Amino acid sequence: MIVASRKPISEIKQVLARHDKVLFVGCGTCVTVCLAGGEREVGIMSYAMRMARRLDGRPIEIEQVTIERQCENEFIQELAPAAERNAAILSFGCGAGVQAIAERFPEKPVYAALDTQFLGILEEQAVWTEKCLGCGSCVLSDFGGICPITRCAKRLLNGPCGGSTEERCEVSPDRPCAWQLIYRRLKAIGQLENLERIVPPKDWRTSWHAGARRVVREEHRI
Amino acid sequence: MIEIDPSPPAGAVADSNCTILAFCCNFCAYAAADLAGARRMQYPANVRIVHVPCTGKVEVEHFLAALERGIDGILVAGCLEGGCHFVEGNLRAKRRVEATMQTLDEIGLGRERLRMVNLSASEAPTFVARIQEMVETVTRLGPNPLRASADREESPK
Repeated sequence: MIVASRKPISEIKQVLARHDKVLFVGCGTCVTVCLAGGEREVGIMSYAMRMARRLDGRPIEIEQVTIERQCENEFIQELAPAAERNAAILSFGCGAGVQAIAERFPEKPVYAALDTQFLGILEEQAVWTEKCLGCGSCVLSDFGGICPITRCAKRLLNGPCGGSTEERCEVSPDRPCAWQLIYRRLKAIGQLENLERIVPPKDWRTSWHAGARRVVREEHRI
Repeated sequence: MIEIDPSPPAGAVADSNCTILAFCCNFCAYAAADLAGARRMQYPANVRIVHVPCTGKVEVEHFLAALERGIDGILVAGCLEGGCHFVEGNLRAKRRVEATMQTLDEIGLGRERLRMVNLSASEAPTFVARIQEMVETVTRLGPNPLRASADREESPK
């Protein structure tokens, strides 16, 4: 799941300063689950923004719509009539959602209401942790299902670093040492011999470093 | 969503022209208000009581909706900490109130218009005192600046 957090009200107010009629668009998928950009959060921000602008003596008219997914054109199309009625769009989607909407409505200013953070999981109610960096070349099978690229602060493939204390990372004690977790897990599944292998440097060409990536699956194209 | 008329109650002799909304938990503050009435205790008529099953039932949207419509102050009255009938409803309300206070600061309305208090069902004098304090605070702050511009209807969804 993509995890995001809402931008400060002051920042959103600033980007909307030049508009008096704005469409607030929530997304019903990841950002609803991480309580950042779903129907409720759109509603709360609408209250806040209307009040802030009225206090400034420049009322704003806000229309609220939440679509199933902002990262698919099929769902974005539903927004067309509402987009037409408003001067600008504030997207509560992740970075992909904001860009998808901006591409779909090239004549309309589209702004981001959230800071998109990472691919992660729900650890407990209202707590999310990062689990995947999207490096494009998964090593999880070698490390018992625990990603050293994402969860080790030093991204070591031949860890541990030796700096951990009481199984906690030396970079931030609120984080478990990924290599401790990997050791425990490999021991539990009887694959400790994986640790005897020297892992060669990772091929980062599959990662983001050469710009935005693209996936094409020819067999499914129409 | 609750509908609130921010004008002072008809026929009431109010201490000031402000209107306070009090979200009162069924198991404590509402009973305390009832007891205050039974004991003929006087408290400002500016308060509108909203009877809720637990303060944990009150959401951020309720606070913001009331303030947008021109309510001058909101009191959230829940059970003593550790004494919630639903175990932790009042603790959840506390976190929501704190988050909303932060939002009120950010939008420029100010956190003082929202306050959470804890009391038990037998504390009628405490209930009356908390209401009086809230009225005093709101009187000092002056009317909700949004009330003056409340002539503008909320945008349609």
